Amino acid sequence: MIGALRRFFLDRDYLEVETPARIPAPAPEAHIEPVPSGDWFLHPSPELCMKRLLAAGYPRIFQICRCFRQGERGDRHLPEFTMLEWYRRDIDSRELMDECEALILSVAKDLGIGETLSYAGKSIRLARPCPRLSVRDAFAAHASLSLDAAIREDRFEEILAFEVEPFLGREAPLFLHSYPIAYGSLARAERNDPSVAERFELYMAGMELANGFAELTDPVEQRRRFDEVRAEAERRGRAAPPQPERFLRALERMPEASGIALGVDRLAMILCDAATIDEVVAFPPEIL
Amino acid sequence: MYTASDLRKGLRIKIDGDPYVITEFNFVKPGKGQALYRCKLKNMINGNQFERTFRSVDMFEQADLQVKTMQYLYMEEEKYCFMDTTTFDQVFITEDQVGEAKNFLLENMEAEVLFFEDRPLGVTMPNSVDLVVTKADPWLKGDTVSGNTKPVTVETGYVVLVPSFIEAGEKIRIDTRSGEYLTRVKD
Repeated sequence: MIGALRRFFLDRDYLEVETPARIPAPAPEAHIEPVPSGDWFLHPSPELCMKRLLAAGYPRIFQICRCFRQGERGDRHLPEFTMLEWYRRDIDSRELMDECEALILSVAKDLGIGETLSYAGKSIRLARPCPRLSVRDAFAAHASLSLDAAIREDRFEEILAFEVEPFLGREAPLFLHSYPIAYGSLARAERNDPSVAERFELYMAGMELANGFAELTDPVEQRRRFDEVRAEAERRGRAAPPQPERFLRALERMPEASGIALGVDRLAMILCDAATIDEVVAFPPEIL
Repeated sequence: MYTASDLRKGLRIKIDGDPYVITEFNFVKPGKGQALYRCKLKNMINGNQFERTFRSVDMFEQADLQVKTMQYLYMEEEKYCFMDTTTFDQVFITEDQVGEAKNFLLENMEAEVLFFEDRPLGVTMPNSVDLVVTKADPWLKGDTVSGNTKPVTVETGYVVLVPSFIEAGEKIRIDTRSGEYLTRVKD
């Protein structure tokens, strides 16, 4: 599977890169807890270093690497996991969705999987184009609350996780897109609707596989979003995470680009019909 | 105090004054979102179950549970009287709380009693107990087909399947967890 992923990118003129796993300042994110390593941290994703490479002029880059997140352990989570991340200059989130669906189909074909895939007793059709659904429409179709009500009651994530996600990507890989800007993370606002972020997630069989953005390239707005997260950490009586200053400086030169991170272990789960992430790794942490 | 990241299957926590055990646990985290800890909880006093989702900011008190070795003395009005063998304190435990252990309890036997803040919650027997068969159909000589079993009654009134050669008056060992016959015991 790793070989098939690599072939896809090398065939499309992507450069495979390696960035350090140990970094002084990961992106401050509200719900990702990096693992300390001395005075630095193990990277929770290679995002910041890869964007600095984009800013330095590399137009198409990909990386397959181990990432680390403290306290993430469940049927679909490992505190150390394998991530595929890729970035491409001058495309928007829609074009990146196209490329992501091409990747999934190409890997399945490379591995001898036909037009349909069987997962947990249900068949998933692998054909283009894959369905796309906005977060607002997904809430309207599946949730007990409207999107606006869920946000107002601070239950967006809970409703998304328990009421919406299980229905996403059941018949075919599905892209959930147009996140409310408050859940936009490092994504830029839609050009014609600043209330939503150009962020999307790929789902198969109710499982989130990848998170993509049209990248925010405004260093002022990015600093503001990081500062918000850092202030919130302090309000909770914890040390504010360090500001990734060198990344923010590089952002001034970063071209328009889109990027995406895909959980390789979860893709393996889907392709092997594995119910838990433990089934696709040799050593879950509990047996080390 | 526990935080949500301490939650796991089997952990005992206190909610609204009652002890709960987590019977099912799953960690869920929607993309870039906050961690959600979905738990199935069982009230250790009344057995009620419910599902609840916790967030990483939630804090929990530990359920203060204690196990004491106690001696069963006698039964009075459907309640079982147990005595602490060191302090000689006595407590009464309801039939519900004694649960399956009642099938194997004889006066003067020792068992482990689980307490939550001085309230008894349940009784755990030793893994096996030896009991005398009080009622059994006689063994028909010649019935030598192996694997033949028959029900017998032991001194606590419990009925168990045993090999057909076991007769009334014999002592047998029973696994208290499965409730099954283990072996014949010769004194």
